[in-house]
Amino acid sequence: MSAQPLATALGLDDVVAWLPDGPRRVRDLIADARALAAHLPPGRHLLNVCQDRYRFAVGFTAGLLSGRVSLQPASQSAETLARLTNEFPDLIALRDASFDAGSLPVIDYPALTDADPTTVSALPAFPEAQLAAILFTSGSTGLPQPHRKHWGKLVRNGAAEAHRLGLVPQGHSIVGTVPVQHSYGFESTFLLALHGGCPFWSGKPFFPQDIAAALAAVPAPRLLVTTPFHLANLMAAEVTLPPLAMILSATAPLSHDLADAVERRHGAPLFEIYGATESGQLASRRTTEGDTWTVLEGVKLVPNGGETVAQGGHVEVPVRLGDRIEFQSADRFVLLGREADLINLAGKRTSLAYLNHQIGAIPGVRDAAFFLPADEGPAMTRLCAFVVAPGLDANDLQAALRQRLDPIFLPRPLVLVDALPRNATGKLPRQALEALYADKVDRDR
Amino acid sequence: MTSTATPEAVAILIPEVAALIVEALNLDMAPAEIEPDAPLFGDGLGLDSIDVLEVALVISKRYGFQLRSDSEDNVRIFSSLRALTAHIVANRSQ
Repeated sequence: MSAQPLATALGLDDVVAWLPDGPRRVRDLIADARALAAHLPPGRHLLNVCQDRYRFAVGFTAGLLSGRVSLQPASQSAETLARLTNEFPDLIALRDASFDAGSLPVIDYPALTDADPTTVSALPAFPEAQLAAILFTSGSTGLPQPHRKHWGKLVRNGAAEAHRLGLVPQGHSIVGTVPVQHSYGFESTFLLALHGGCPFWSGKPFFPQDIAAALAAVPAPRLLVTTPFHLANLMAAEVTLPPLAMILSATAPLSHDLADAVERRHGAPLFEIYGATESGQLASRRTTEGDTWTVLEGVKLVPNGGETVAQGGHVEVPVRLGDRIEFQSADRFVLLGREADLINLAGKRTSLAYLNHQIGAIPGVRDAAFFLPADEGPAMTRLCAFVVAPGLDANDLQAALRQRLDPIFLPRPLVLVDALPRNATGKLPRQALEALYADKVDRDR
Repeated sequence: MTSTATPEAVAILIPEVAALIVEALNLDMAPAEIEPDAPLFGDGLGLDSIDVLEVALVISKRYGFQLRSDSEDNVRIFSSLRALTAHIVANRSQ
């Protein structure tokens, strides 16, 4: 059985992480992980909720060394933890900050004073078939759906991303605003360090000034891994950042206007990543260069009866994508919208993604979302739109929309708001829009 | 630091900060309805981390300083309207 080392793009004495008190080499990571593994009780599963990226890496590596699978749920709600505890009775949580684990046994990240990096003589290697992590999606029924990730695939994943972004051979210093446990942060900070040669900042900066400070604490060239929401907040805050070499965005669509403004401000290319927890990242694009995505090396997107299936490369098992895709060639495509977003009004079809793109393209619109309320009575249900557009009024916006949309899709009502209820990763859950609708529209009837 | 956060200075500024929060988050309530000592997160106003970034942005514009979470206790600053206002009084530059 073939094996892959802990790091394929870093040697024992290369820096893997930057901490406030200085760098950690791969050698330090291995020594810390060995010491941590000795502190863990027997078991096969670890819920690693460390907020510090380096401590997460130590926990993950300790898991690899001791045959433990890293469980990475989409939420840390009490209900989710209860389900995981039930399904994995040997589960323990590793934490480095306050974390309410309910009945789940908890280990506080220890001091690891007995770690000795001088005794590390080689990179450990792990079988490609070793189950390293299970990432969970919330699932359409609300039950967490497991997605198993094996070591060999994770190695390929990090290498494919680094190759696509041109980070080989010169690694960049990563500063990530996204949690390391979720798929985007897991791939684009943790895996990109070990298998793309890009050491990460250990913290997860929150306020714009924190992001500036974190970037200043790592050497150039710098790579900022973030989301459209954080980028918009960063632009509005007008905080001066150290020079950036590259910016990555994922989790929600990024508007061309914002991408253009970010690139102008920072003089660095901004790339978007397309992917899903089920499949891992699949494609990338430079947003200012157009709508076309290019699939990552090794990955194949295959049309299959009106749907598209992702397979090959680092994709574990063939995954049916929830997006409608128009191929320009075998490895280049544009997204037409999510299948679940299809709208059918009076026999006319469109998608929420298309409508959101149209309204978002109106000059002056900062953020906007169409919403189709639940069907409630004999009258035909109409779309509603929530729009963030300081300086514009509803009449201006309706006039602009009339230029772009079939009248059946014009919003009734169009509600101006100060912000959309996006969650921490920039997504706009339907429940949040339902609550906004109930608050702004339904109560007035 | 340009001034000391005396309880009086904080109390005077609370209505203004409350109005700022209501406006920034488009809350459907009067500023005076925000209880100065109730939690802003969870059971209180129910703010999330996205809201905090929005509020931080308007505070930086209005009072001329940037919030930091690594030098100050972010959880404490946003624990209540009074705590947030005290932080503003102690750090404002305008």
